[in-house]
Amino acid sequence: MFRKRSTWALPYVIFMVLFVVLPLLLIAFYAMTDGNGHFTFSNIAGFFTDAKFLNSFLVSLEVALENTLICLAIGYPVAMILSNKDLNKSAVTALLFILPMWINALMRTMATAEIFNAFGIQLGKGTLLFGMAYDYLPFMIYPIYNVLNKMDKSYAEAAADLGAKPATVFLKVTLPLSMPGIISGVMMVFMPTVSTFAVSEILTNNTIQLFGSVIQEQFYNMMWNQGAALALVMLIIIGITTIFSSKKDGEAEGGLI
Amino acid sequence: MMKKILAKSYLGFVLVLLYAPIVFIAIYSFTTAKSMGNWTGFTFDLYKSLFTGGAAEVVGGSSPEKVGSLVTALENTLLIALIASAFSVMLGTLAAIGIYNMKTRQKAAVQFMNNIPMLNPDIITGVSLFLLFVFLHISKGYVTVILSHITFCTPYVVLNVLPKLSQMNPNIYEAALDLGATPSQALRKVMIPQLWPGMLSGFILSFTMSLDDFAVTYFTAGSSGLDTLSTYIYADARKGGLTPELRPMMTIIFLLILVVLLLVNYRTFKKTKTANS
Repeated sequence: MFRKRSTWALPYVIFMVLFVVLPLLLIAFYAMTDGNGHFTFSNIAGFFTDAKFLNSFLVSLEVALENTLICLAIGYPVAMILSNKDLNKSAVTALLFILPMWINALMRTMATAEIFNAFGIQLGKGTLLFGMAYDYLPFMIYPIYNVLNKMDKSYAEAAADLGAKPATVFLKVTLPLSMPGIISGVMMVFMPTVSTFAVSEILTNNTIQLFGSVIQEQFYNMMWNQGAALALVMLIIIGITTIFSSKKDGEAEGGLI
Repeated sequence: MMKKILAKSYLGFVLVLLYAPIVFIAIYSFTTAKSMGNWTGFTFDLYKSLFTGGAAEVVGGSSPEKVGSLVTALENTLLIALIASAFSVMLGTLAAIGIYNMKTRQKAAVQFMNNIPMLNPDIITGVSLFLLFVFLHISKGYVTVILSHITFCTPYVVLNVLPKLSQMNPNIYEAALDLGATPSQALRKVMIPQLWPGMLSGFILSFTMSLDDFAVTYFTAGSSGLDTLSTYIYADARKGGLTPELRPMMTIIFLLILVVLLLVNYRTFKKTKTANS
């Protein structure tokens, strides 16, 4: 009886093969063919030889790294305070931090850009980092908050009872135990930052092009094969980071809601 | 005590930063200036213009066509989110039951597949589905957008229903079958009531992500003229200015969500309180 019920997943498996696996294979297919369907490496070579592609890729990695660190630096203390029963008793406060996500991200980004304009601040790298931190902070706070909330507080208490200073307790107990939350927070901030397109255009007035924008531009100009090659590069990097983080982590904890 | 004040003011500071753009939108929903940051006097005109479909004689309001397409974009957004999350919940719940009953290796394979759309950034999902529809010569529009939204929503439903299955006692379902229920009766009357909380949170999550999606819709809506709020705003932004009526619309949406969330929280708060006493 139990064996048979496993077939209930069949519609979903077929759906996934058609709409997830096949499309990803098509990215690889288009990346390695030219407009007439003939095999070629020139699209992939284009990524390494065209300075524009490589530059925007490196800039994206840099911006994503900075954004992730900013979100972690601001978000970790928030998650810690929210999960501390002495400092915060109401669940509503935690809810307030994810509420902005229900407002359309592009609309919020436009408003952020308008605020900078209103204060006469030139749009550029600084405003990009500031605006991105707005957009991604909740994604960093929530997984860490979830893990800290479920964490057994007696470990930290035991460490303190055995004479560890508060800083030592944090570094040796709380921080390592919250690692799964940090990893899923980083995953939820880093890759999306590399790949955003509209957000960076709005926040920098088109002066900084992130990798996502470059990919989108290729498709907009009907250069599907080149666009697919750039997407493939990104896909490979995602694959590598995923394997790396899942090895370190084992099980993915946290997540949103 | 000092620590508490410090902690509270830090939270307050971050919240002020987070809400600044939303408050900014709300404030400028009461003035008709073309761009935010330019106050031209307090007025409800934008609200009037929004609710009359641009028919009101409002200085600074948009044309009826413009307001009409904005309202259509909102309707599209809601409709797509509703249909996509409903299908995702059905597909995902069945899949979760299936996965739960699989053997270890099969299970690992399907769960790995389930993780792919969650790890892929939106743009990869969008581009890959774009290529799929090009490859299969399917013309893009409502159907392709909904299918794409189901693709990135369903994994979250699976993830939310699976834990409920492991909390459930499998014998209850077997007992229902032994007592003469047909499998579909047992599913409806025994299984689904127990999985309901997971299905509901899967639905809410799917609905939210569908509402907020931009990249996937952008790549799969094609040039069919189908606009959701996100693609509408993006097109506006490219042209260099937002439709002013977006400001009152976003303000209303935000207030609605705030009220709903506070009500839900108040109810669960009251429930836990009565349960404790």
